[in-house]
Amino acid sequence: MKNFTKTILTTASAALISGAAFAGSHMAMEMTIVSWGGAYSKSQLKAYHEPYSAKTGVTILNDDSSSTAVAQLRAMNEAKNITWDVVDVEAAPAMQLCDEGLAMEIDPDTMLAAAPDGTPASEDFGDMLVSPCFIPQIVYSTTFGYRTDLVGDTPPTSVCAVFDTKTYPGKRSLFSVPINQMEWALLCDGVDKADIYDVLETEEGQDQALAKLDTIKDDVIWVSSGSDTPQLLADGEVIMGATYNGRLFSLIEEQKQPVAMIWDGQVMDLDGWIIPAGLSPERQARALDYIMFATDTQRLADQAKYISYGPARASSAPLVGKHADLGIDMGPHMPTAPENLSRAFLMNYDFWADYRDDLDAKFQAWLAK
Amino acid sequence: MVSNSSTNVLLSADGTPLKKSLNRSLRQQKMRALLLIAPLLIFILVAFIMPIVSMLSRSVENDLVGQTLPLTVQSIQSWDALSGELPDEPVYRAFAQDIQNAAKAKVHTKVGLRLNYEKSGIASLFKKTARKAKKWDIENDGPFKEKLTKVHKGWGEVEVWQTIKTHSPTYTSGYFLNAVDMRKTVQGAEWQPEDKTILIKLFQRTLVMSLIITFSCIILGYPVAWLLANLPMRQANLLMILVLLPFWTSLLVRTSAWKVMLQQQGVINDVLVQLSLISNEGRLIMINNEIGTIVAMTHILLPFMILPMYSVMQTIPPSYLRAAKSLGATNWTAFWRVYFPQSVPGIGAGSILVFILAIGYYITPEIVGGTKGVFISNRIAYHILKSLNWGLAAALGTILLVAVLILYWTYDKIVGIDNVKLGG
Repeated sequence: MKNFTKTILTTASAALISGAAFAGSHMAMEMTIVSWGGAYSKSQLKAYHEPYSAKTGVTILNDDSSSTAVAQLRAMNEAKNITWDVVDVEAAPAMQLCDEGLAMEIDPDTMLAAAPDGTPASEDFGDMLVSPCFIPQIVYSTTFGYRTDLVGDTPPTSVCAVFDTKTYPGKRSLFSVPINQMEWALLCDGVDKADIYDVLETEEGQDQALAKLDTIKDDVIWVSSGSDTPQLLADGEVIMGATYNGRLFSLIEEQKQPVAMIWDGQVMDLDGWIIPAGLSPERQARALDYIMFATDTQRLADQAKYISYGPARASSAPLVGKHADLGIDMGPHMPTAPENLSRAFLMNYDFWADYRDDLDAKFQAWLAK
Repeated sequence: MVSNSSTNVLLSADGTPLKKSLNRSLRQQKMRALLLIAPLLIFILVAFIMPIVSMLSRSVENDLVGQTLPLTVQSIQSWDALSGELPDEPVYRAFAQDIQNAAKAKVHTKVGLRLNYEKSGIASLFKKTARKAKKWDIENDGPFKEKLTKVHKGWGEVEVWQTIKTHSPTYTSGYFLNAVDMRKTVQGAEWQPEDKTILIKLFQRTLVMSLIITFSCIILGYPVAWLLANLPMRQANLLMILVLLPFWTSLLVRTSAWKVMLQQQGVINDVLVQLSLISNEGRLIMINNEIGTIVAMTHILLPFMILPMYSVMQTIPPSYLRAAKSLGATNWTAFWRVYFPQSVPGIGAGSILVFILAIGYYITPEIVGGTKGVFISNRIAYHILKSLNWGLAAALGTILLVAVLILYWTYDKIVGIDNVKLGG
């Protein structure tokens, strides 16, 4: 009995000590970077992580938890144990994290690299700096792709083709959330782009959007993840569907599927980094060092070699070159390319911060009807 | 010796009363046993019971409002929320002080989000106000009624103040009301407007579909379990591996495989079209709806039904069936009157396992359920991960837990939990 207890105690303490030693080494040469996984993480690995590790010898651990980053950071904060060093999030969650004090504030001019010509980072990023804690990385958009072999001789050019089941019969896939779907519905119901959020604030406007969606409800496959629509398009399950433009690019150019894009009505959003608040000085210094490296002009332009998202710095745009493997010119595939940009739609973050809970309940109830 | 015999106490060798010394050794044994399981007990307590209790307690906790806006909560108590009039200057002043403190401590958005669950628009109202309030001098900058209303017209709405007052107590029934499609207002509990009711529907759907899945598992699993128990060893082993093989395959792989099978351009539809059983236009919709969820989940949960059934059936002596037949029973009577009753404990165990697993399932309905085949767990996940309304998620979880316990209790009353066997 005694021997047994002793063995257990020894093993346990040995495990604890080795654990502590492991944690110690983690502090020294490792950092955990949180991102979205898939092709996006791969582009970051190639453009940022690998060169950074080569330069500094720091081992970078990837955690694909970005879709639930706010919830997890809140939980970590409550538990007083932050295990992440740098986190990739969209603009809206970044604003929320910043407001709640869960992300640290960044001074762009001292903490981020200036452009090669000396333009300070605050000017180089310009309007993209939507929150004091947010370090913009890319511009992406949510937009539609369609099967070129299923649309006949009149390929769709407008986002409203989604609602036109006469000309384009067949299933279409949409995200099962109100964000974007409500805006598109109003846009195609004749509401002016500039008035959409004013209309959506009213009960009548919300009913109008749902009524418009009602007209295609039976023709829609509702999806929850960005990878669903590419699969549905590739299998010919849907004639058109909404997803992120990078996913469509990879479907069209890398997998050579008979799919094309409708840039019209693309909803643009930003994605970037935040550093969690409350890191130890040592970890914070390393996170800042990484950020300084990974968001400089060249690095941002490099990422566009692997995925078709537009770099957030003005100075990176001219450096965007060809795709690393395919050798195609990446410029026209960016959401920010002039001819694509002119038809874009900008999301209103404040509106959704207020109405998301309410409209989501309504939207889900409508879906279940 | 005399005194001892007078009280009639037996003594052990060392002179203590025997009863006492027996008790002591028994107690020591018990302690030792307890010590042996202590690591497990502590582990379960710390890693399982405590997190669950702390999570569930969030369903009634509401200290955020009182902590962030202490002065407002105090001064608003004297305001008659039903009067239809705005509160007086002291309440506004108290609020100005509170929001200033909250903004400095960066906690104003959290409370704004909390109240935004009850009334849309409060999140940005708090954010906007906090930004301005940081610069105020509370002593001299009054009156705040005008000042706040100027910052945002929301402060001139009675409803906003009603929301703050209704949701200011430290403990609230609000989350539980929300969980059953009701809401807490100044007038008391009220039904949600019809276009926002979804949760009761989801609870019902979860229960009904879990029952359907359980029954499909019984129907599909029973013959397999019977075969397993009655085939010769070699074939039975092979069959057992076939049952267990999918069990060892990743859940996600199996669920995604069903996607390939069931979709409109999928394997099953293709075969049916080729056999001319259905037309190309009339391809069946078998995924992203209830059918998808039922099929995929039945497949995934089947081993949990087959294994307990099998282990019970193995213990039923084949001689009973032979005896029944030799006494003149037909095949069916022998099975139904003799074999089946003895296999019921296996069905019971399998059903409980499958049903309880099904009712909390999340990932499979999420992938193949579309919008018509999702469960209440998908809504819980949404509130935990996306809307961050952990109070509501905890309330939904508590209701689900209680529902399972009630069902378990009813099952015990009707079938009897003693009749459930996992084997032997």
